[in-house]
Amino acid sequence: MAVSKDDVRHIAGLARVGVPEERLDGLVTELNGILKHMDALERVPNTGIAEQADAARAGMPLGADERTSVPLERPRDQFAPLMRDGFFLVPRLATHDDAGEQS
Amino acid sequence: MSAPREWIPAGAASIAAAVREGTVSATELVRESFDRAALVKAGADGLNCILSSDRDSSLRAAESHPVGGALAGVPVVLKDNIATTTLTTSCGSKILEGYTSPFNATVATKLQQAGAILVGKANMDEFAMGSSTEFSAYGAARNPIDTSRVPGGSSGGSAAAVAAGLAPIALGSETGGSVRQPAAFCGIVGVKPTYGLISRFGLVAFASSLDNIGVFGRTVDDSALAMQVLAGDDTTRDATSAPRPAPTFRTDSRDLTGVVIGKPREYFPESLPAPMREQCDRAIDALKARGATFRDVSLPHTDLALPVYYIIAPAECSANLARFDGVRYGMRIAGDGLRGMYEATRSKGFGAEVTRRILLGTYVLSAGYYDAYYRKAMEVRALISKDFTDVWASGVHALFTPTTASPAFQIGAISDPYEMYLCDLFTVSANLAEVPAMSVPIGRVQGLPVGGQIIAPKFGEADMFRVAYALETELGVEAHR
Repeated sequence: MAVSKDDVRHIAGLARVGVPEERLDGLVTELNGILKHMDALERVPNTGIAEQADAARAGMPLGADERTSVPLERPRDQFAPLMRDGFFLVPRLATHDDAGEQS
Repeated sequence: MSAPREWIPAGAASIAAAVREGTVSATELVRESFDRAALVKAGADGLNCILSSDRDSSLRAAESHPVGGALAGVPVVLKDNIATTTLTTSCGSKILEGYTSPFNATVATKLQQAGAILVGKANMDEFAMGSSTEFSAYGAARNPIDTSRVPGGSSGGSAAAVAAGLAPIALGSETGGSVRQPAAFCGIVGVKPTYGLISRFGLVAFASSLDNIGVFGRTVDDSALAMQVLAGDDTTRDATSAPRPAPTFRTDSRDLTGVVIGKPREYFPESLPAPMREQCDRAIDALKARGATFRDVSLPHTDLALPVYYIIAPAECSANLARFDGVRYGMRIAGDGLRGMYEATRSKGFGAEVTRRILLGTYVLSAGYYDAYYRKAMEVRALISKDFTDVWASGVHALFTPTTASPAFQIGAISDPYEMYLCDLFTVSANLAEVPAMSVPIGRVQGLPVGGQIIAPKFGEADMFRVAYALETELGVEAHR
């Protein structure tokens, strides 16, 4: 399988990464150069058994169903780009352009 | 016995013992580390292995360190994706430039409690994506043994810091070989633990089913000492932490009688350069001399490990790095509305390799491609894991392989992304199978250090260290740099 310029535009949109038009051709070449090596997996029959990350097969302990918090040594507004009254500020949602977006 | 002029080359165990006895103070050791950093030019004008450090802060920490700890007064360097409250945590990325964490990673706290002193945060490939530390937003790090060459990656700064003598111990992170490969390139020991053995709380996530914090040391014993301090249950903070106590890794035994070591044929292909093969044969002879029995074995899905890894790791990275959007921390670039801000911030904040992997990961998870790529990769990952369990079930206690197919390459020598991925050829399988593995210096090829890899069953670190101790002792110091 190979990606096209339209595919790269689409996945860049899904990933919320701005990709300049002049970079698209290069990314198509690079991604296809990687993806061609993935075709090797096609020769393995489907098993239906997928690996699960598992720290201890004996069973992971379930934590208590309660909120835990880590004490912070400095307040959030010292590292947040923009904060007011304890809230992270973002651009006005009126300008949000997701309406009608295909994803 | 007169005190050595330099303590750091003596190793962590000797340093801690001397500090506990009052022979040397932690502040003297901090000064030695910073003097050494200046001498070898550890900053951007030289090795570029340290991204941030603060001599006064380290000296203050040294004055108040607990003198009785296992790492009393030992200077340590942490990779820049491990959260610390005293130095920045940029992950080698512009998007987190200047970011200082409001909390400490569990490993940072454990080191501190054991008496270790943080002397610097180490350069790395951006968000740990790379095999050479050339993909750092702050410039390539250099190999102290030959500064025209890479130190390996992604934890190249940590490896270079230990090899250059800034600290006897450093921490890195491993997703596909990012500790073992730079350890091999820099002529030191690098350990990737069993998935879940060392807490990842405070490690900035790359690929959550593969990430581990790993240890660099000049010697096997120093690496075991650090592992002893770091391992253990942290389930209250890290959902992937294994709920079991840390075993004992340090041992005086150098005898391998009764130990069966497998030599997997897939790791010794015809294409393996003859000088690499010669160094491996020498290491195998050394292990046999210590009483080990060798057996030819097969891990038949090894050739699929790289394609599997480069589907799963980017898929998980595309999800984990979604949090870097200019809202809660890090860089923000204004754009047209909220969406424009997201895209502008991530476009300017991420470098080329991170962008490539986010796009690749988003693609393999997207509608229509998930089954063909991601689900398939997870199925083959299960087969790769089974290869290992089959070998252990046949009576093999550990495996021996080369860590890399070649020594460190020249900076700028590899430009094709997949060719760079091939650097992980011998290391990714251990991450996919969640088993522990470590690289130990076994000699030199073209005057450059190379490593041998020891792989053990899950939570089999004690046996892995036993083999590593025997190898290091039998080969002698000339195998080190």
